[in-house]
Amino acid sequence: MPLSDQTLTRAEELIARYPQPRSALLPILFLLQAEDGYVSPAGVAQAAQLLGLTKAEVGAVATFYTMFRRRPVGKYLISVCKTLPCQLRGSREIAAAVAERLEVPLGGTDAGGMVTVEEVECLAACDGAPVVQVNTENYERLTTEEALALLEALLRDEVPPPTFAADGSVTEPSTAGLHWRLAGLGDPPAAFAGTAPTQPPGGQDPEAAHKAPQDQGPAPEQGDGR
Amino acid sequence: MTEQVKVLTSRWGDNRAHELDRFSKLDGYASLDAAFAKVPEDLVQLIKDSGLRGRGGAGFPTGMKWGFLAKGTGKPTYLVVNADESEPGTFKDMELLERDPHALVEGVIVSAYAIGCRTAFIYLRGECGWPGRRLQAAIDAAYDRGLLGRDIKGSGFDLDLVLHRGAGAYICGEETALLSSLEGQRGQPKLRPPFPAVEGLYRAPTTVNNVETIATVPWIIRKGVDWFRSMGSEKSPGPKLFSVSGDVNNPGNFEFPLGVPAREVIMGAAGGMLDGKALKAWTPGGSSTPMLTGDHLDTPMDFEGIQAAGSLLGTAAVMVLSEDVCVVRACLNFTEFYAHESCGKCTPCREGTDWMRKILGRLETGQGRPDDMDILADICDSIFGRSFCALGDGATSPIVSALKFFRDEFNEHVSGGGCPFPGARVTVAAH
Repeated sequence: MPLSDQTLTRAEELIARYPQPRSALLPILFLLQAEDGYVSPAGVAQAAQLLGLTKAEVGAVATFYTMFRRRPVGKYLISVCKTLPCQLRGSREIAAAVAERLEVPLGGTDAGGMVTVEEVECLAACDGAPVVQVNTENYERLTTEEALALLEALLRDEVPPPTFAADGSVTEPSTAGLHWRLAGLGDPPAAFAGTAPTQPPGGQDPEAAHKAPQDQGPAPEQGDGR
Repeated sequence: MTEQVKVLTSRWGDNRAHELDRFSKLDGYASLDAAFAKVPEDLVQLIKDSGLRGRGGAGFPTGMKWGFLAKGTGKPTYLVVNADESEPGTFKDMELLERDPHALVEGVIVSAYAIGCRTAFIYLRGECGWPGRRLQAAIDAAYDRGLLGRDIKGSGFDLDLVLHRGAGAYICGEETALLSSLEGQRGQPKLRPPFPAVEGLYRAPTTVNNVETIATVPWIIRKGVDWFRSMGSEKSPGPKLFSVSGDVNNPGNFEFPLGVPAREVIMGAAGGMLDGKALKAWTPGGSSTPMLTGDHLDTPMDFEGIQAAGSLLGTAAVMVLSEDVCVVRACLNFTEFYAHESCGKCTPCREGTDWMRKILGRLETGQGRPDDMDILADICDSIFGRSFCALGDGATSPIVSALKFFRDEFNEHVSGGGCPFPGARVTVAAH
């Protein structure tokens, strides 16, 4: 099953948090996504079993929300805002340039499983247009060149500080860690937190990037990867 | 000249205000003792008397909303904070959570006490990382300090607060969709009545209030109704956050008393037009509110003033478009948004937004037909008022208002065989 026994305990914790168990469905889908990189068919089945729902009920919810993915997401998710204030300042050119550099269509992931790029709707930071996010952290007022430099850093598994780093903003160094956090379980455990890749990006199994640390025993002390 | 005020933004300049100790030194959590000294009913009355109106878009009187909560049902009463800020152009709640997250926690505590809620939820967008971290840290710190949990500050009042993350759906900003989502369902709106005040979360009495609304409550408790009403107008009292974006020199959030003339927000606080260009259009409250023009700059920005000018205050998200922005392209951008975000439940909204997207697309690319403007107006007519929630109505706002003020520009797209604006003027080069 997608959730390890250890993670399953945390899922039970989520269920107990709400007056009715089904409220834990979105958090559990985030947890499954942290484990698998996407909401897999096996994940849907496990969520259904945990909450006493049918797979159809879980599938209907999982496909409704844009942040639940049906294919594995890269270690870094670049989300470029496409709504008007950002479009007026060149966001669509940024998204196109990033996709072109990765040689993928929008929504796609590079062959190494490092970076997924997507266009998204308004990210509620319109004074910082154009807004680019990495794992939901903001990189604001970037030129296309700066956005491409950000991409190159991510491809090297380096995470440049986000716009408001001096004020305390931190970029989650992997989507697995991000999805763990979105489940509402606090800091992700080391296996999810994101570390340097065990092999250079390029040519590896798309699912390997975010799973790799699990297979390597405890992750080395790395801070948060920045 | 209307001066900016420092109420909700009073701690934004302090880069440690997110820490509980610092927040406390800045009068944070000071409203708790004042609130616990009163009986809950008196607090509801206080908020009614203040005239506070919801800051999430609809402007419904907050105290009245609380007063509608069904009593004696034998079920718990729930407070759910709507932090799903997604209306295009709106970024006030996220900055508030980044800079002053305890302000919301404080507001939740006193508001929950007022309405007899023992379990409160904050539904926060999944896409906003930093506000989420800040808010979770604030909630954790408040628990550690006994400001949440059992017997808060010896008052006998218990409150649990759960931060719940959304997963990407604009529609979940609509209160019944938000509650469906919080119940683990698809985020689709429900027919009202029953209103959430009677049958909300888990079919129990529930109030859904915006972040800014709840963050305003402690100020009213501490400083009183007269102080609150010293700002703004009779029907729209108090301070308000205005998010200004688009073609201005100094985009950002600005706090003014309600009723401030739009000119002072756009040309004053936001630094005026970028590169000295002429103002073409602006939204008073996000893309769902009809656009206004340079002729409306003296409109007072309160609920009544903006309505009298033919639009809505909405979330007070002012998106400013200069003369070199193609209004058809702007409408297409907004319509792509609505077509994507329509939840699909109601046919007029689901189908209508997609047809409008297609027609605007063909106008922009030179495939437009002379009767396309009439068809657009007709589709808007078929959507407006014919869906469960306001998303469909909002989708018609940019188009109806653009046709009203800029119909010639639509015609030019047909007669000229495409967009008359050069590419650079529809996608302004970055700085």
